[in-house]
Amino acid sequence: MKGRLHSIETFGAVDGPGIRTVFFMQGCPARCLYCHNPDSWNPGEGRDIDIDEIVHWAVRGIPYYGEKGGVTFSGGEPLLQGEFLIEAINALKKEGIGSAIDASGTYVDEFTDGAVEASDLVLLDIKHTDPERFKIITGREQDTLYKLIDIINKHDRHVWIRNVVVPDINDTEEDMRALNDFIKQIKHIDKVELLGYHTMAVQKYGKLGITYRLKGVPPMDAERLAELKKLIEY
Amino acid sequence: MRKEWEGFVEGNWTKEVGVEEFIHLNYKPYDGDASFLAGPTERTKECSSRVQELLKEERKAGGTLKVDASRIMRINAFGPGYIVPGKDIIVGLQTDEPLKRGICPFGGIKMVREEVAEYGEKLPEEIDRMFDYITTHNDGVFKAYSKEMRQVRHLGFITGLPDAYGRGRIIGDYRRVALYGIDFLIEEKQKDHEMIASRHVMNEENIRLAEEITNQITALKEIKKMAETYGYDISGPAKDVKEAIQWTYFGYLAGIKEENGAAMSIGRTSTFIDIYAERDLANGTYTEEQIQEFVDDYILKLRVARHLRTNEYNELFGGDPMWITEGIGGVGKDGRHKVTKNSYRVLQTLYNLGPAPEPNLTVLWSKKLPEPFKRFCAQVSIDTDSIQYENDDKMRPTYGEDYSIACCVSAIQMGEQMQFFGARCNLAKILLLGLNGGIDERTGEHVGPQMESVGDGPIDFEDAWNRFNIYLAWLCELYVNIMNIIHFMHDKYDYERSQMAFLDSEVKRLMAFGVAGFSVAADSLSAIKYAKVYPIRDENGVIVDFRTEGEFPKYGNDDDRVDEIAVKISERTIEELRKHPTYRNAVHTLSVLTITSNVMYGKKTGNTPDGRRAGTPFAPGANPMHERDNHGAVASLNSVSKIDWDTCQDGVSNTFSITPAALGKEKDERTTTLVGLLSGYFDRGAHHLNVNVLNRDLLEDAYENPEKYPNLTVRVSGYAVRFNALSKNHQKEVIARTFHQHV
Repeated sequence: MKGRLHSIETFGAVDGPGIRTVFFMQGCPARCLYCHNPDSWNPGEGRDIDIDEIVHWAVRGIPYYGEKGGVTFSGGEPLLQGEFLIEAINALKKEGIGSAIDASGTYVDEFTDGAVEASDLVLLDIKHTDPERFKIITGREQDTLYKLIDIINKHDRHVWIRNVVVPDINDTEEDMRALNDFIKQIKHIDKVELLGYHTMAVQKYGKLGITYRLKGVPPMDAERLAELKKLIEY
Repeated sequence: MRKEWEGFVEGNWTKEVGVEEFIHLNYKPYDGDASFLAGPTERTKECSSRVQELLKEERKAGGTLKVDASRIMRINAFGPGYIVPGKDIIVGLQTDEPLKRGICPFGGIKMVREEVAEYGEKLPEEIDRMFDYITTHNDGVFKAYSKEMRQVRHLGFITGLPDAYGRGRIIGDYRRVALYGIDFLIEEKQKDHEMIASRHVMNEENIRLAEEITNQITALKEIKKMAETYGYDISGPAKDVKEAIQWTYFGYLAGIKEENGAAMSIGRTSTFIDIYAERDLANGTYTEEQIQEFVDDYILKLRVARHLRTNEYNELFGGDPMWITEGIGGVGKDGRHKVTKNSYRVLQTLYNLGPAPEPNLTVLWSKKLPEPFKRFCAQVSIDTDSIQYENDDKMRPTYGEDYSIACCVSAIQMGEQMQFFGARCNLAKILLLGLNGGIDERTGEHVGPQMESVGDGPIDFEDAWNRFNIYLAWLCELYVNIMNIIHFMHDKYDYERSQMAFLDSEVKRLMAFGVAGFSVAADSLSAIKYAKVYPIRDENGVIVDFRTEGEFPKYGNDDDRVDEIAVKISERTIEELRKHPTYRNAVHTLSVLTITSNVMYGKKTGNTPDGRRAGTPFAPGANPMHERDNHGAVASLNSVSKIDWDTCQDGVSNTFSITPAALGKEKDERTTTLVGLLSGYFDRGAHHLNVNVLNRDLLEDAYENPEKYPNLTVRVSGYAVRFNALSKNHQKEVIARTFHQHV
């Protein structure tokens, strides 16, 4: 079976616990305003990768993983390739390597249950608690997020919440309280990360000829972000 | 037992020189963390800020503060000197003032004349005239060089030969001064001399050795006198930790007073000194704060050591390095790690005195190092970018538990071995020469075996590989012979009596060869093998460029297709070198290490099939070429880890830059990640890693605004430099390297 790959990062230290091999899968149904990988949207681009190659790269990382590290499937939206993910994660398991899925919450299908079940951890971007705003940010309905949370809870999977904080979109104290309330429905949360919006992807959009819709929005102020982090409870 | 040894566990070491056994029997491994460490005292702060002022003046003066050409550097050429008179607690300077540089003409008077002229000084006439009658090392070498040897030297096939100044890379076991005192060492040397001079056959080797030992004994006597000028009698052993440091330092100081060798390591002193520190702490002789103060002052002394160099030399080895390398940690043969409190104290100097390139602090990494120490090292790397790591688990089986590092990455057994070092051969140029059938691509000069140049392409890999091997074989023979000449002449005309005095009389020798352009050669051969490479010729038919069609795997991405070529190149090189006998039966070793000469080697090399443009710097050491390692840090490290240290026992150098954000979000997390990276890399059997944790923006800003960053220290290639001390060209090359970052 073949998957569609954007790129491989053999050293990921911020995409799950420990040192991880990160497979950025190609293709994403969402069009998030602040997406910093717009080149991973189109499922027709990227290149093919088979299970053997996934295992090959992941095994090369074993001496670095320590007790916590492993593989993270990111994207794009990795759950867009749920069937491939199931097979890949199970193959990695045979090598003693655990996997995390870095999901956007914008896509669920008949393979999602199996993929989440096979994984050890889900990194979940909440985008926004409010359904209207969720749609503005991602261009997708919020129901997939709820469905994904149900699946995660059903399998008792642990979650790292990752939320990009954008000035004037979700950077108020109220937004943080809403986030606190929202994530109560998730059974096992190990960590909540607030990631400050940055403008480093703007050039990429220019190169790809895609309009950058957050033009003029300043990067998230680091001090403000630190203040907001203090409000997070889980 | 002597009174000074009371409290130490007895062994053979009390009867004959045996520092390794002394350490083994007496050191106490420390498993705790860094919380015991003391900060700088007021006195330390005062001396340290004086050094900061001097460094500022030195930079303002263009890199060299003062030159004294009035006399030849010998052990007692200058009277005592101090950083802050009355405040130094570990004493001794090379000259009578900090940062003042003297002249060492026996390596080569020509270079000294240039140096002195560059700084607007004049050699006194009597010194100048002396060299009408004295042969220097440099004179001797050029009397023996063949035409072809001079040719490969000026065309840049071999660059950086120590044929005009001191060769360096000798590490005296200066700890012997502390443990035994000078008188005992003289007695032992006298016994050796008598034994050797009384041999039945007085052949060339024995005669030479007998003369050398006599010179060593003279040096030992002069060292004792030098100590007297500072008010110390070092005829007997050191009685406490302060004296142990002082005695050891006096031994080292003598060497750097009269030799301007390219790399002057101090060895492996910290755990040795800890034995005295532990005894003094137990007896209440000194407190932790006092001991840290001694260590701080010792390190401060090493930070102000300098050699006079020419501009041309600095262009090759940038940043004014001394390579005062100190090996820290490692494991003993019984499996106990050798981390002591003093291992921590030496690293703590980077906080107490601020980051600095010297001494070249080198952590001898092992799986068995205690976890808190691994974390402390990683933290020091993140905070200071001043230390490097080498794989003790790899080196220990060959070099035992008491080796140290000469220069950047070269292991040597303490007290028992010395190294004949010299230069690197340019692998990328060898490939180009092969494709051109014996015509230098830059000058059109004919050199080496002559044959038809390669066809119009696409170039066949087997053909290219054969050609590479033919010219590699030719150059390796020349290289060994050149090295034989250099070290013969150095022994003859510039013998390092004051360093050799601290080695066994019948020392074992290594001859360390090197390669440059490693990744360029590997990628170029990969291009020929996996893409289509067509030569482009100039009007004389010389290949001056290449048209490369298609993709090819690049070294640094954990891709065996090209990594195997890289491995093969290293294996072929040592095989060729070993075919040729060495002077004094030295053992051939090989390094993949360039220092900063990768810039100069690049300058002397034309366009290469990998797409690199003529004159562009090579990657340093065994590093993948800049920005070609694009699968992340682990893939890059894994590629380098395939270069087997057993093939390259003189070291495989990798310099690694990573942004703080890529290591993690919080400080603690970054430390954990760095420990994980180091563990994984060395688990793979890799040999060496320079670690920089910084952002490229910072270096770009320092490039534009040097005055903002007086102490910015970066690891470059087996050593560290103050970024400001590099030439603009070297700075640009460091900025152009791969920075592993979070995307």
